[in-house]
Amino acid sequence: MTMTIIEGLVPRLREICGAGNVITDPLELRTYECDGLTSHRSVPALAVLPGTAEETAAVVASCAAAGVPFVARGSGTGLSGGALPREDGVLIVMSRMRAIIEIDPASRRAIIEPGVTNLSVSKAAAPFGLFYAPDPSSQVVCSVGGNVAENSGGAHCLKHGFTVHHVTGLQIVTPAGELTWLGDGTGVTTGYDLLGAFTGSEGTLGIVTKIIVKLMPLPEVVHTLLAAYATTSEGGQAVSDIIGAGIVPAAIEMMDALSIEAAEAAVQCNYPAGAGAVLIVELDGPASEVEAELATVRSLCEKAGATEIRAADDPAQRAVIWAGRKSAFAAVGRISPSFIVQDGVVPRTSLGTVLARIAALSAESGIRVANVFHAGDGNLHPLVLYDDAVPGQEAAAEEVSGAILDACLEQGGSITGEHGVGVDKSRYMPKMFGADDLDTMQLVRCAFDPASLCNPGKVFPTPRLCGEVPGHRRAPHPAVAAGQAEIF
Amino acid sequence: MSTERTVAPAAGAALAAACPALREGSGPDAIAGVRPAFVASPASTDEASALLRAAAGHGLTVVPRGAGTGLGWGTPPASCDLVVDMSLMDGILEHAAGDLVARIQAGASIGKVASVLATAGQQLALDVPPDATVGGVVATGTAGPRRFRYGAPRDLLIGITVVRADGVVARSGGKVVKNVAGYDLGKLFSGSQGTLGLITEATFRLHPLPASVAWVTGEFGPSDLAGVTSAVASAAGSALVPSAVELEWTGGPRSPAGPRVGVLLEGSRAGVPERARQMAELLASAGATPTTAVSEVLFRWWQPVPEAGAPGTVVRISYWVRELGEVLDALSTAAAGAGVLPTVGGPAGAGMVYARLDPGTEPDSATRFVCGLRDRLDGARGSVVVLAAPPPVMAAAGAYGPVPGAALMRAIKDQFDPDHRMAPGRLTGGS
Repeated sequence: MTMTIIEGLVPRLREICGAGNVITDPLELRTYECDGLTSHRSVPALAVLPGTAEETAAVVASCAAAGVPFVARGSGTGLSGGALPREDGVLIVMSRMRAIIEIDPASRRAIIEPGVTNLSVSKAAAPFGLFYAPDPSSQVVCSVGGNVAENSGGAHCLKHGFTVHHVTGLQIVTPAGELTWLGDGTGVTTGYDLLGAFTGSEGTLGIVTKIIVKLMPLPEVVHTLLAAYATTSEGGQAVSDIIGAGIVPAAIEMMDALSIEAAEAAVQCNYPAGAGAVLIVELDGPASEVEAELATVRSLCEKAGATEIRAADDPAQRAVIWAGRKSAFAAVGRISPSFIVQDGVVPRTSLGTVLARIAALSAESGIRVANVFHAGDGNLHPLVLYDDAVPGQEAAAEEVSGAILDACLEQGGSITGEHGVGVDKSRYMPKMFGADDLDTMQLVRCAFDPASLCNPGKVFPTPRLCGEVPGHRRAPHPAVAAGQAEIF
Repeated sequence: MSTERTVAPAAGAALAAACPALREGSGPDAIAGVRPAFVASPASTDEASALLRAAAGHGLTVVPRGAGTGLGWGTPPASCDLVVDMSLMDGILEHAAGDLVARIQAGASIGKVASVLATAGQQLALDVPPDATVGGVVATGTAGPRRFRYGAPRDLLIGITVVRADGVVARSGGKVVKNVAGYDLGKLFSGSQGTLGLITEATFRLHPLPASVAWVTGEFGPSDLAGVTSAVASAAGSALVPSAVELEWTGGPRSPAGPRVGVLLEGSRAGVPERARQMAELLASAGATPTTAVSEVLFRWWQPVPEAGAPGTVVRISYWVRELGEVLDALSTAAAGAGVLPTVGGPAGAGMVYARLDPGTEPDSATRFVCGLRDRLDGARGSVVVLAAPPPVMAAAGAYGPVPGAALMRAIKDQFDPDHRMAPGRLTGGS
């Protein structure tokens, strides 16, 4: 029955977006059955590719009127299934909307469409000496609209912050199909900070159609340093000492022996042979500051027991150092037929404890775990390796992966630092939050999407019923009565 | 704007049962002239929860209070049966120095927090009055000059505990800086002025205290608004990484003295002097004379904010930095048109300046000034918000002009506080 309702939408959607931009062919629809989390698949009933904000609003309004659920998709690189389609719903693909509308260098702002890829913002800003700071590993392909939905981070968010710190305005289509702005681009909040609440809501509060981002001046100098250690705990000591010295590097990344082995196999990154861990520290800023910091960092790395230190101060050398780290996720494919990318967070000072726990879990289960992590902010990306041809291994890997999250929570951490909850981790939400916490978060959902049609089934394990809220306003403010102002 | 409401004796008994530190409201408890029937001082989140549950049971209106430094802001509450005073919840619950994180009760003062964090060479990077409380600062969204680099409270807040209007306790975020699990209620409560619920605890990301600081200042001629705009934009966009880019125009647009631009540099003892020298050159090349580098704290922007009870008018103008010249020109025109003498200043590089009118300003003139600004800047990207003003000015001008997303804001209010009992009328907005 639902299918007939959706089929009934097709003529209207073709009218809105043009016949070529409404996909109904089952084979073509298969293209969209999953995002970067390939373990969850679901073919949408139909997919539509709007070309403008107005078209997006009209598509959403049509879905809302028909009571059909809809899911937005950017480049489909998400790792938590946030853009997983619904078989009974419409997938709204934002990839046609990829214009950089305006760059205002004096105000350090850019206005872009949601399908614009992350890296292309920095490329467009570079001639003005500016860049867009959030840099998720997928930045060559991932869309900024998707970054807004996930509040994406990246290696450099330790110093420069997350997407939410760099977005100053959003034009959205509400789940009812209306276009509205949240924030005016200034970065100054007027009224409730809906811009902040929307960013990172994983596509459940509406669809972004324009984004105003903050641009930052390109740093005067960037220095990257690679230090090799016998163990991750020695590397961890260097991290603590650097932070303890009052230095906030642009990035501090660590890889363990297994992930180095994988990177070596994949991209021949030529990291120091036999290293049990490599640490990558990047410093950026004014030359006069960075030179002094670099000397301090180098000596702290040595003091912690570095067996070798390499430094890079030009883009080509930096790329060599980063090559292994940036390839790490894909690289484990070289040493394992299948793997789970985990994303947990612990207070940085608990890294040693949790790494020891992961090693124990791995030893107990016989499941190998390669560790790649943003050491500066305690964000772990354990890669849990398994062979799906071996019966029971996938389940065992899932179990280890879940136990790693438990270990993160025991240390006061989080079940996700940057990949999002999506469909993948909604079942872990009750471990991190109480029923009242989740209920209260969903008040926001009820305000934006009382009909629960916008990316339903994501983030929260149990949807909240949004009953009609009875109006209990007492005597209105005189200005409200006069139609001049609204009182919150 | 309401007169005092009568609260049933049974309500008082219920409140006292929930929260032993309960007393009747007196004159000094009045918020913008509205005197509460009761003042309760909960000692814990649990007690605050019981208190708000009791208040909900009796339909009481509630206004949270920190140190009261920001209570003169906003419109007066339409009604206030109960003030929730947070002074007993003033603990620093956790300072994880190695993680650069602190978990703090809402009633703790910024000054106390600063002194505790300083022992580890760390800071909560918000320039706000030391008397203000953590909860008050979050609820008002207040930040000073260094918002240019570190942002507002919403940008440093990584976890929050709140008590809803119905007494339910809710948390979001956590105590790790990097965390995207669940909706971020901290963002929503930042700047919500007590209208969505009571903040009882906040967890912040901290920063190391800099080893060295310097302010570099440059003065401009009174008519050189283009020079000021260029200096602010260049400083803000420079790779010298300023922590603050402030504008100070003490006499305002109608004074013969020109504006002054001040840039704060923070960093190492080795690095700051060289950056200060380069910044002085940059300001000079935009037409500033003379430039100086000093290390003392300048631009204590909060001092001119009027006391609650005898408020002058404080207007906040936000804009895209490229439009600063247009904003300053609009201030001149509106001041001349209204015959007022505003003092202008604020974190101009972060797209914000304040204009202040003396408490002695005629209400009609203050209203004309605000309306003149709005007329002139209408259609520009930004807003003109009246943060504080005598009631007649607030009533005539309204705190806000049009606010994007106002319909969604109303929906949020209706969800969190369906009876509109939390700080009713404190946040007003256009359609």
